[in-house]
Amino acid sequence: MPREDATSLAALLSAPSELTDPGSSKTAIVLMTRIRLARNVVGHSFPGWAKPAQREEILASCREAVARLPQMKRCFNFAVSDLGELERQILVERHLISRELSGSKGGAGVLISRDQAFSLMVNEEDHLRIQVLRSGLNLKRAWTAINDLDSALEEHLDFAFSPTLGYLTACPTNLGTAMRASAMMHLPALVISNQMEKVVRAVNQLGMVVRGLFGEGSDASGSIFQISNQTTLGEAEEVILKRLGSVLQSIVEHELNARARLLEADAGKLHDKIGRAYGILQNSHLLTSGEAMNLLSLLRLGIDLGLFPDDQRSLIDRLLIEAQPGHLQHAHRGECDAAQRDVLRAARLRAEFASFPRPEVRPANPGAAA
Amino acid sequence: MANPLKCDLCSKPATVHLTQIVNNKVHKVDLCEACAQAKGVTDPGGFSLADLLLKASLTPDATPPAPGTRCPRCGYTPVEFKKHGPLGCPARYDAFATLVEPMLANMHSGVTHTGKVPARSLQRKSLYDRLTKLELDLTEAIKSERYEDAARTRDEINQVKQAFHPDAP
Repeated sequence: MPREDATSLAALLSAPSELTDPGSSKTAIVLMTRIRLARNVVGHSFPGWAKPAQREEILASCREAVARLPQMKRCFNFAVSDLGELERQILVERHLISRELSGSKGGAGVLISRDQAFSLMVNEEDHLRIQVLRSGLNLKRAWTAINDLDSALEEHLDFAFSPTLGYLTACPTNLGTAMRASAMMHLPALVISNQMEKVVRAVNQLGMVVRGLFGEGSDASGSIFQISNQTTLGEAEEVILKRLGSVLQSIVEHELNARARLLEADAGKLHDKIGRAYGILQNSHLLTSGEAMNLLSLLRLGIDLGLFPDDQRSLIDRLLIEAQPGHLQHAHRGECDAAQRDVLRAARLRAEFASFPRPEVRPANPGAAA
Repeated sequence: MANPLKCDLCSKPATVHLTQIVNNKVHKVDLCEACAQAKGVTDPGGFSLADLLLKASLTPDATPPAPGTRCPRCGYTPVEFKKHGPLGCPARYDAFATLVEPMLANMHSGVTHTGKVPARSLQRKSLYDRLTKLELDLTEAIKSERYEDAARTRDEINQVKQAFHPDAP
C-alpha cells in the first residue's frame, strides 16, 4: 500500500522528477508538456455539490482504482487535509496539484506516481483530474501515456459519459474530450522585444489561451508562459493536439527569430543584460521571487545562446521551482515572511552561483539555440 | 470615478478587469478581488474566462425549461443552476439540456463529441442493461408459465454473465 503520511513528501522532493531532471537542449524553449483529463464517476454528485460523506466515498473508490494501475505502483498518496500549508504550496509550485485543490477541505486527495509524471487529483472540480507531465515538447508521448492510464482506470471505474456531450464534467467548458493540453514555454526574446501581446492575440484567435506560469496574471515573471487549448467539445483529442502542436511550433519559430533579431540589432546589449543577471545572482543579498525568476530566465537564455555550458540548464530549471516561496520555506524548515524569504532566496542563489561558469561571449554564430 | 465598475458576480466594486478574445469575439469581465480569487483568476492552471462568461451567456437565448424542472437524481433546480453555474451531478446534463445546449456553441468549436469513448464503461453498461431486461423477462415468463421461453432466457442470462467475466470458468 502507498504511504499516506505527509513525511513521504520529503521523499517526493528528493526524488528525480520529470520536471526538474531533464534540462537538455530539447527543453530550451518548451520546458514541458502537460495534458489533463477530467473524469467523473457515474451516479455521484460532482465534488462541489456532494456531501462530505459522498466525497469520502469517491476518494476511497478512486484511490482503490488508482492503486491497481501498474503506472501508479508505489505512488505517493496524500489526503489534502493531512498536508500542512507549506506542503500544499510545494505541490502547487511543482504543478502536481492546483490551487483549488490545495484550498479544499474534506475528502480531497492526490496520487502522484513515483517519477512525478502522473498526478491524479481527487475531488477537485471533478471527481478525477488526471495529469501527465513530460519534459520538452512531447504532445504525442504525453497523450499516449495519459490515454493508456485513462483506459486502464476505466476498467475499474464507470465514467459519466454521453454520446453527444462526451465526458460529463462539473463545468460545461470542459465537456467533450474534457482534455486540457498545455505547454510551458520560455519566451524571453518575445518579451524583451515587446511582441508577446501580439502573440497572445494571435494565439487567442486560434482558440488557444496564453497564461502566465506562476499566477501573476498576464505578467509572467521569468518570461514563462503556459499555452493551452480553450475548447474541448467538437473535436477529437488528436485534432486538438495537432492544432496545439502547430501553434506551439510556430511560437518556437517566432521566439528563435526574435532572438536572432535581438542579436543582430545589438548583441552587446543582450550580452550585457545576461552578464548583469549573472552578477546579481552571484552577489545580491535580497531577491524577490519575481526578480529571481527574471534573472534566472536571462541565464537560461544565456545557456541557449551558448554563453554558458548547455548542461547548466537543469540547474536553472530546478532553481525556477526551488526559489518559489513554498520550497524556500520548506528548505528553511519553517514559515517566514516575505522579507526573510528574500534574504533566504538570495543566499541560496549566491551559493548555487558561486561556482557557476562565467559567461563566455564567442565572436561568431551565437544564435545556436534549440 | 463617480460610478465605478461593479463585480459581475457579486456587485462589489470591481478591481480585476479581464479581456479575452475567443473565436474573434472580445469578452470582458469585471470582478472584485474576492471573486477573482474564488474563480481562480490568479491560478494559471484553473482559470478560464469562459467559465465566467457562462453566467452571462445563460440568460437571453436559452429557452427556460418548464417550471418545476429538477434534476431527477439530486433535485437541483434551474434557479440554482443560474446561481451556482457548474452543474451538480452528471445526470443534470439531461435535465437541463435546454439551458446547456445554447451555451455550448459559443463555448466550444462544436456541439457534438467526436473524441475518445470509454468503451469498457459503455460495454459494461449495455451488458448490465441487457441483464436487467432479461431478468425481468425471466420473471415474467415463469409467472405466465411459458417454461420454454424461461429456459431460453436463462441461457441468455448465463451468456451475458459470461461476457461480464470472460475469464471465469
